[in-house]
Amino acid sequence: MDETLLSARGLSLSFGPVTALADVDAELWPGEVLAIVGESGSGKTTLLNVLSGRVAADAGVVWYRDPAGRLQDVHAMPAPALRALHRSDWGFVHQNPRDNLRMNVSAGGNVGERLMAQGARHYGRIREEASAWLQQVEIDPSRMDDMPRTFSGGMLQRLQIARTLVTHPRLVFMDEPTGGLDVSVQARLLDLIRTLVARLGIAVVLVTHDLAVARLLAQRVMVMQRGRVVEQGLTDQVLDDPQHPYTQLLVSSVLQA
Amino acid sequence: MIGYNFAYLDEQTKRMIRRALLKAVAIPGHQVPFGSREMPLPYGWGTGGIQVTAAVLGRQDVLKVIDQGADDTTNAVSIRRFFARTAGVATTTHTAEATVIQTRHRIPEQALREDQIIVYQVPQPEPLSKLEPSRAETRRMHALAEYGPMHVKLYEDITRYGHIAISYDYPVMVNGRYLMSPSPIPAFDNPKLDMMPALQLFGAGREKRIYAIPPYTEVRSLDFDDHPFRATRAPHACGLCGATDSYLDEVVTDDRGGRLFVCSDTDHCETRRAAGHVGEQAMAAE
Repeated sequence: MDETLLSARGLSLSFGPVTALADVDAELWPGEVLAIVGESGSGKTTLLNVLSGRVAADAGVVWYRDPAGRLQDVHAMPAPALRALHRSDWGFVHQNPRDNLRMNVSAGGNVGERLMAQGARHYGRIREEASAWLQQVEIDPSRMDDMPRTFSGGMLQRLQIARTLVTHPRLVFMDEPTGGLDVSVQARLLDLIRTLVARLGIAVVLVTHDLAVARLLAQRVMVMQRGRVVEQGLTDQVLDDPQHPYTQLLVSSVLQA
Repeated sequence: MIGYNFAYLDEQTKRMIRRALLKAVAIPGHQVPFGSREMPLPYGWGTGGIQVTAAVLGRQDVLKVIDQGADDTTNAVSIRRFFARTAGVATTTHTAEATVIQTRHRIPEQALREDQIIVYQVPQPEPLSKLEPSRAETRRMHALAEYGPMHVKLYEDITRYGHIAISYDYPVMVNGRYLMSPSPIPAFDNPKLDMMPALQLFGAGREKRIYAIPPYTEVRSLDFDDHPFRATRAPHACGLCGATDSYLDEVVTDDRGGRLFVCSDTDHCETRRAAGHVGEQAMAAE
């Protein structure tokens, strides 16, 4: 566990006069959950997109250690290799599951798509695998042939997670996975993510504005403000004893129920 | 015909189309854009096929045109007459005599030879069109050979209907590389695409695309290991010639449920009848 899975150095990106990222460094070790927190517009999602190679940075480099142990420069990779990475070794969980799911394809087809994209050509085995994954995310396998539009918001999010994890990725990017869900559903989903991530040893980069989510899931936290990382460290340390004024503000503005 | 170049199109246009054809033959199954011209017939009637035919036609060629397998339907008759008038080439309805065959929706029952060219009229050349609305994205998918979504469509069919419910325009992999629409031929004809001795050219006029399958190229219909591709046909014998291995059309004969199944390939049916084969309905009529 002494080799980083993903490391970024000196990432900078601005959209015209707006600075989205300013000299950001980040590191992620295998099996670790890293939360990126901050208010809206602080550059969290942009950082996620740059780390995953979906958006090019103005400056800086992102290294990824592939399963063979070679370091790959994510932004210098040829498009086919990057897309293959996104299809197999990586996953991306969107805030809105409708952005990722095919809404006119059954739940089983949605889960099986990444398998078929990797060359699975046995209908029966694809179905078995899909059914097993639906069970893992607590969706009744009898709903396998139902359309996602008949699913509730929480089920859609769990379906998206099953669809992403079916190829056993080593690294998953999550953008506000619990956003837009009511509190009880959020709690269940967080519990599910925590269990799956721990059992499968997946490394996660998690973007959230919700400090409670970060505390529950992440081992480490990065606090961002106006494109800069203002504080980072172990979750409990950062949230219990914030050093930077902005982090202190964030922590103190959480409503206590 | 005075005032027109041989085979209607001017030589520069033919050159442009032949260049596209050469490129298409060099990359089997890959869609090559071309500058489709206005033709004196509406889109959907074979503007792509007719331009490809015009570009490959020589004075010595013998042309056959079929529409849904038939030589005597409006589309077939008018395109055949068009080339008879603008190119003065010989025409035929016999598959064996033709050197160039332009077709809509069928491949003749009789096996084609190395010295023949078959030209398909294609309405929608993009096999991924129903799955991915953006053409920029489908081109990228072809470039990277990302054909998973097509299998998702087949998966959905099996889940919903118990079998792959594509009866025509059944997607194929050409030469193990490009996913291709075989044009709206019945899935029954798909096995004929594979290792065909004749050169196969595809023209889509409205969509401005040309693609091709060179002779003796592997063409595989997509399927699953445990749900293999099966060519289907109506479980009847041709009412006129008694053939049990040809693709059949169903013809409603009266308003009391009367039906007649006949070969969709009229030349095939006539050849068989001339050789003395008689079907049930033809026997009853005598």
